[in-house]
Amino acid sequence: MTSLAMLMPIALFMGLCSLGTFFWALRGGQFEDLEGAANRILIDDEQDDTP
Amino acid sequence: MKPAVTIVDEPLAETVLVVPGMHCAGCIARIERGLEALSAVARARVNLSARQVRVAHHPALAVPDLVSALEAIGFASQPRAGEPGPQASAVKPLLAPLAVAGFAAMNVMLMSVSIWSGADGATRALFHWVSALIGVPAIAYAGRPFFTSAWAVLRRWQSNMDVPISIGIVLATALSLYETATGGRTAWFDGTLMLLLFLLAGRTLDAMMRDRARAGVDGLLRQAAPGAMVLTGAGALEWTAARDLSPGMLMRVAVGERLAADGRIVTGETSLDQSLLTGESAPVAAAAGDSVHAGTLNLDAPVDVRVTAAGQDTSLAEIARLMDAVGQSRSAYVRIADRASRLYAPAVHTLALASFLGWMLTGAGFHQSAVIAIAVLIITCPCAIGLAVPVAQVVACGALMRAGVMVKDGSALERLARIDRALIDKTGSLTLGRPTPEPAALAALTAEEAAVALALASHSSHPLSRALTHALAAVQAMPAAVEDVAEIPGFGLRGCWRGIAVALRRPQHAATSAVALDIAGRPARLIAFTDRLRPDCADALGELAGMGVPCSILSGDNARAVAEVARATGLTGQASASPRDKADAIARLQNGGYTVLMVGDGLNDGPALAAADASIAPGSASDVGRQAADIVFLGDSLIALPRAIRAARRTMRVVRQNFALAIGYNVLAVPLAILGYVTPLIAAVAMATSSILVIANSLRLGRAAR
Repeated sequence: MTSLAMLMPIALFMGLCSLGTFFWALRGGQFEDLEGAANRILIDDEQDDTP
Repeated sequence: MKPAVTIVDEPLAETVLVVPGMHCAGCIARIERGLEALSAVARARVNLSARQVRVAHHPALAVPDLVSALEAIGFASQPRAGEPGPQASAVKPLLAPLAVAGFAAMNVMLMSVSIWSGADGATRALFHWVSALIGVPAIAYAGRPFFTSAWAVLRRWQSNMDVPISIGIVLATALSLYETATGGRTAWFDGTLMLLLFLLAGRTLDAMMRDRARAGVDGLLRQAAPGAMVLTGAGALEWTAARDLSPGMLMRVAVGERLAADGRIVTGETSLDQSLLTGESAPVAAAAGDSVHAGTLNLDAPVDVRVTAAGQDTSLAEIARLMDAVGQSRSAYVRIADRASRLYAPAVHTLALASFLGWMLTGAGFHQSAVIAIAVLIITCPCAIGLAVPVAQVVACGALMRAGVMVKDGSALERLARIDRALIDKTGSLTLGRPTPEPAALAALTAEEAAVALALASHSSHPLSRALTHALAAVQAMPAAVEDVAEIPGFGLRGCWRGIAVALRRPQHAATSAVALDIAGRPARLIAFTDRLRPDCADALGELAGMGVPCSILSGDNARAVAEVARATGLTGQASASPRDKADAIARLQNGGYTVLMVGDGLNDGPALAAADASIAPGSASDVGRQAADIVFLGDSLIALPRAIRAARRTMRVVRQNFALAIGYNVLAVPLAILGYVTPLIAAVAMATSSILVIANSLRLGRAAR
């Protein structure tokens, strides 16, 4: 019973953390352009510095 | 990094440009870097899903400067019409409720598993309380889409799918709270949350499909002109947006530009492509004094036009109003899910009420009767039914999209499945809608003549020149070395080949559109242009007839041109139909009991596309055509028509099977519920199994577009 009293709040807290992260991402506009985000990693940022 | 922009005293203006041509990471980088290289641009951010770029810039920078900057790096673009805010996505408001329902359902289900495996006494009470703590706020939040929609229709004394769902959820939550507070044996938080999760998943899928297709359709280039160069009193040229044009202004229309307003030509002589308005493909000559309409394309020479009507008064806007008026009938269509719930909801509620009264009569007491009635409600709640329609439609639309057919809305598939009559526009729908040189005329050219023609034609962006370049390149002609090529408006192209004068020009007398090739010392060659039928036209029409969908032609073109195509395809046809005539023809057929499909592309088809029970437009269609149509197909082949109808019919067959599966499975559990044997465990298993059955059955549609 004591282990239960420990584990349940921990599990719920961790679950709430992930839910909060998802909401933060949603509000930050990370789901606005999924196709663009997938493609942007391919853009070569170093291009301007190369001689 | 580029140096910080020094304009701080004025707020930045924001412009959204539609760039249909971007499709990869390289495009994003080129567009963003290209725009940010302009000194007046502070930021440029591409949204690839919407094919748009949002630019923050100095207010003095005009829109055409941005367009020409994009053109310089190889992208065609148009400023987006209407307000600059992003188009509302249907998915976004559903994501947060979906996440909350998923989180809560998982946690509550964990508690329920321990209760099912025998937790008792104080442990069970604790688990019930924790479930309530998670469940009640989660249900209140995640259920909002259903509650608001149900309340909106209840206020008007109507009903939809959301009403029985909301009643079921609210009653089940209330009873579970009561059970928890009084230390009862069963609580239904797990079942209620799972129900919400499945229903929200179905609804999100539905919205995703609509968003994806709409982004694809909006991404294609718009045809209405966003503005015009206006001659001011001082003699200067100034770019003015279409909405700021007013009667009396003098606008200068360059070759290849579309008119932004109705007007009368003041100076200049040209030929105009009015196919957007009339559907007629042949260029029309226009000189000073002739009236011209917004949306027509200037082909030959620059002209000055005095604006007579702008904005809402143009003939373009008139057609848009006509479309609004005739589109009412379609919005009266009731989706199959709502029709099903109209039958299903009263049956379910009567059943629950009957079991409550029945148990009261046998003397079971209020509490036990209420528990049994709620169990009936939960077991019969349309959980798998909420998935039955959207999952099937999403899978079918995905299959169609891979085959090049974009479906804008799930209800379009439902309406398309019931089609038993089709009307097809001629120019641009049955035919390609663009002139192509006659193969016989090309074959008659010698290799040298073909080489000269190709060299001359490649210097011009006139539609006939472009078509000739394309056709000659396709037969592997090599361009000759022609020097001093000059394009003379109203005449054609002139050049010098091996010291001989050559020209590709407008012929003096020709019934149809054609060009003449002059090589000094040789007889002139006439190359005629025709509008060819789309590939697979005969096969597609044959298949449609075989599916019980007879077709006929409905065209705004003249009787001679329609008769020619009618002979080639074996269809009957109506010619010289105005936009209003077309809408009337559809209304006549609908009154005759037919469910009518309209296939059209032009602005003049807009009202007919909006009036028909279902409508399809080719990807090459005008902006209005694509907006009004339910379905847009890419590519040239007309085989997309029978393919879309076949896929729609298959989808509806699977939707009906899904209803049978979902209701049938739940019906098995109803006697148990009425007899009072259903526990939350049985409810959860019944719900999950019927949902999985429905999803598995729908996945069979993955090959529906074959």
